[in-house]
Amino acid sequence: MAKTEPGPHNFVFGNYAPAPESKDHFKIKKSYDLFIGGKWVKASKKFETINPATGEVIAKVGEAGKKEVGQAVKAARKAFEGEWGQLSGAERGKYLFRIARLIQERSRELAVVESMDGGKPIRESRDVDIPLVAAHFFYHAGWADKLDYAFPGVKPKPLGVVGQVIPWNFPLLMAAWKIAPALACGNTVVLKPAETTPLTALKLAEIFEDAGLPPGTVNIVTGAGETGQALIEHPDVDKVAFTGSTAVGKAIRRAIAGTDKKFTLELGGKAANIVFEDAPINEAVEGILNGIFFNQGHVCCAGSRLFVQESIADKVIKKLKKRMETLIVGDPLDKNTDIGAINSAEQLERIKALVKAGEREGACIWQPEGRLPRKGNWFKPTLFTECAQSHRIVQEEIFGPVLAIQTFRTPQEALEKANNTPYGLSGGVWTDKGSKIFKMTTGLKAGVVWANTFNKFDPTSPFGGYKESGIGREGGVHGLAAYLNF
Amino acid sequence: MKAGVLNFPDRRESPTIDQVGVEERAKRFCARSIKKGTKMSALKLAVTMLDVTTLEGADSVGKVRQMCQKAMQPLPGDPSVGPAAAVCVYPRMVKTAAKAVEGSSVLVASVATQFPSGQMRLKERLAEVRYAVGEGADEIDMVISRGQFLQGEYRAIFDEVAACKEACGGAHLKVILETGELTTYDNVRWASDIAIAAGADFIKTSTGKVPIAATLPVTLVMLQAIEDHYDRTGKMVGMKPAGGISNAKLAIQYLVMVREVLGEKWLTNKWFRFGASSLTNDLLMQIRKQETGRYQSGDYFTKD
Amino acid sequence: MTIKKTYKLFIGGKFPRTESGRVLDVRGKDGELLANASWASRKDFREAVVAARKASGGWGKASAYLKGQILYRIAEMLEGRRAQFVVELVAHGISEERAEKDVSEAINLLVHYAGWSDKYQALFSSANPVASSHFNFSVPEPTGVVGIIAPRRGSLPELVSALAPVIVGGNSAIVLAGENALTAITFAEVLSTSDVPAGVVNILTGKRAELIPEFAKHMDVNAVLLCSNDKDEKKLLDLESAENLKRVSHQKDAPLKESPYHILDFQEIKTTWHPIGV
Repeated sequence: MAKTEPGPHNFVFGNYAPAPESKDHFKIKKSYDLFIGGKWVKASKKFETINPATGEVIAKVGEAGKKEVGQAVKAARKAFEGEWGQLSGAERGKYLFRIARLIQERSRELAVVESMDGGKPIRESRDVDIPLVAAHFFYHAGWADKLDYAFPGVKPKPLGVVGQVIPWNFPLLMAAWKIAPALACGNTVVLKPAETTPLTALKLAEIFEDAGLPPGTVNIVTGAGETGQALIEHPDVDKVAFTGSTAVGKAIRRAIAGTDKKFTLELGGKAANIVFEDAPINEAVEGILNGIFFNQGHVCCAGSRLFVQESIADKVIKKLKKRMETLIVGDPLDKNTDIGAINSAEQLERIKALVKAGEREGACIWQPEGRLPRKGNWFKPTLFTECAQSHRIVQEEIFGPVLAIQTFRTPQEALEKANNTPYGLSGGVWTDKGSKIFKMTTGLKAGVVWANTFNKFDPTSPFGGYKESGIGREGGVHGLAAYLNF
Repeated sequence: MKAGVLNFPDRRESPTIDQVGVEERAKRFCARSIKKGTKMSALKLAVTMLDVTTLEGADSVGKVRQMCQKAMQPLPGDPSVGPAAAVCVYPRMVKTAAKAVEGSSVLVASVATQFPSGQMRLKERLAEVRYAVGEGADEIDMVISRGQFLQGEYRAIFDEVAACKEACGGAHLKVILETGELTTYDNVRWASDIAIAAGADFIKTSTGKVPIAATLPVTLVMLQAIEDHYDRTGKMVGMKPAGGISNAKLAIQYLVMVREVLGEKWLTNKWFRFGASSLTNDLLMQIRKQETGRYQSGDYFTKD
Repeated sequence: MTIKKTYKLFIGGKFPRTESGRVLDVRGKDGELLANASWASRKDFREAVVAARKASGGWGKASAYLKGQILYRIAEMLEGRRAQFVVELVAHGISEERAEKDVSEAINLLVHYAGWSDKYQALFSSANPVASSHFNFSVPEPTGVVGIIAPRRGSLPELVSALAPVIVGGNSAIVLAGENALTAITFAEVLSTSDVPAGVVNILTGKRAELIPEFAKHMDVNAVLLCSNDKDEKKLLDLESAENLKRVSHQKDAPLKESPYHILDFQEIKTTWHPIGV
């Protein structure tokens, strides 16, 4: 039959049209003070917090000195011995439920501010970070009146005043991981957010105000390293919690030596993601990708070392590269962005330096084509093949979107190499064979092991590392122990 | 016509599939925000990918003729929209459809091989294919024998697809896997690989006659089979999700998935089709909305 | 001239009248007619079991987080309707002070059990250190469809204290409300605006003597919670439930104390073995 050809149509997708998240339904103040004793207290000094995607100043925040830190600890002690300390568990729980609800209600605003301040894609802050923040408060709200059931044979009590220092990679989520269990267990809190990402913690303080949380229950002191040090070393702090680099974690351990302070440390990692030839291969490639490129690789439990069985190495690397070519690096507030901005100029320099070292030491670098935006801090998703165990990029935590790939032949070899590190935070195993999963998971010296998945978090699931990745667990029943006096 | 030897595929090349993982990956495509120029392109592209379908016992000559009119000119007065890729009918209606679309670029696809169940001897099923081609079908949508597949008779599936391809002569063969009855992603992947190895030009999810039809994850699995085949042999195979794609938003998510998994090369009606009936008007309404800024009413679009 | 509410049964997320056409004459403290509540029959009970069974699959598989959110939502909705409950209870002759206390207690119970939704598993599961090279773990799973004979007096705390642990554990329930029919049905209104999936909770108002045997005999009910001090009621349940070995929980005819063990009463423990090795 006679058939004409279809007419010329120029329906080419090309790059997706910009899909910016809207910013006009909430306000960010030009200047924030410290949140102490339920009031906003002026700090003597101020510093700027910057949007890493544009270089623009978003707001000025207070820099708490020793004096202000002392005021905050005093306010926390007063609340512990007074209003907060005298509440029943059920009443504490109700405050936490209310806070959780307020977080849910304001989740879009919090997600946008998080992306602006820290650089992570809005899709991640909206779909991962903020929902988990609310979930952590909901989970711990429920524990507040049930602590007598948590540890058999023990009726635990709170510790007192808790000093907490958190990092810039999951600013609000780390605040939730710290504050929710501390409050559920009856403690009061002084928290210092990271200096490059103070805003969502300050927004959280506004939520505490709206929830009617008794003054002094949670105090937020913004600042940099010195503020954190003052907090950790303050004599009236009963417990210290820190998430950050292993180097600083060790310094904290030394600083509190000889005191009675309890402590938990959640530090760095260099996780091995192990892919066997009988893995569900396409899902494994997704898992590898998520493992290292989620949140620009600014993840302590990132799967930054890939161990792929030699028989499928070429196939996996080929699929990985193809997949990396579809990743969109760009404006964190664009809903289609997969990889956002690097959090700070300093971090970008660190990543670049280690990547250079990788090339110098003989590893083979690959990055997808395309140009990065000119203003702001950016790094392309990167992989290295031909890596050796002794290369710096294999030994040291890069904390960026850089994957080091090695091959292995036997399960024993994979296990040995995976464990051959002073770190021990997390690991991944990909295989279709159930018994092999359990052989590997029982053999890996890591606090969190993901089998046929990666980077999964839940408030009910304990998180924390072996060896130099830290001491203690957060989340789940196990995570409560850190905030209780047995 | 396909020259060369057909080889039964090595099952070890069909990877095992993790359900949770593949569903997560599919869900991520739904988070893509397709706006403005991209959205308009996608909507118009989707219209050209439609296999406008009627497969009812009550189909009549009049009904088929009206549907063909709609396929040729989806939006009266706006020739920049459409036409659809093809019309899809039962073998008895092929002649009517072919006459109705004569002179246009719209192709005629016919179901055959005892659609939708496939429960008949191969001899009669092949005769149906030849009949439909003789009546003027450009494409044949066949069904595989799911019962035999679930019995483990994979060779029989390979043989029936190859035989149908031969019976098609110059017509293109789409192979319907009926993923809703295969139930597991592992089965869908294996069936895809068998159909491709046996000479399918297109693999298709569903007949639309069982409750579970096309979904994003099932389509993703089939796209991966096509991708691996292309990596190994350089040969392209087309894909058609059918059933359950009732609105434009979902259709665009499918296009995003095809683009990011296979590439721009597959984004033409030569390699991708939508098997849908009610999707047409939603696409047209969305196109109007993009143009005018107003949400549309069904009153303004023809119901053929 | 006010528009008086009709009190019907709560089955499958809807409010049908009893198919028997019978009514319970509910009078206020001065003898005035408060309402003609539905007098549920065994056929209504049968329909309720069908609805509960239909809902039990989805509810049993719902995430712990979701169940907790829904229970918390019920608490929120109940708080919102506090005044309505107080008015109804006062009409029955209960003091306003007592009525306020009842509502507060019920809300606290709901918040308390909402908090258990994602924690009782940690308490009642175990990884078992078997001697062979196997990964062995035990986890609780919901029993399925649970019949609840609520405490006789029918106060809000009594109703909620029996119901909440059953549903937070992933079971669906058919409740025979206590004598305070109106409170139970008004509570059903709270449930129907709280995102509770249809059929997860079904509430019947009726006579214990007529319906307890039906709860006990029905072959598609997996467990029964009986709040009773009556020896005969208890024996009847034990005898008739033997036919399909229902799990039976006997509680006093009084509000149940807050405890995760009330959740455990309606859980089955499943133990899984898997080899460890390459």
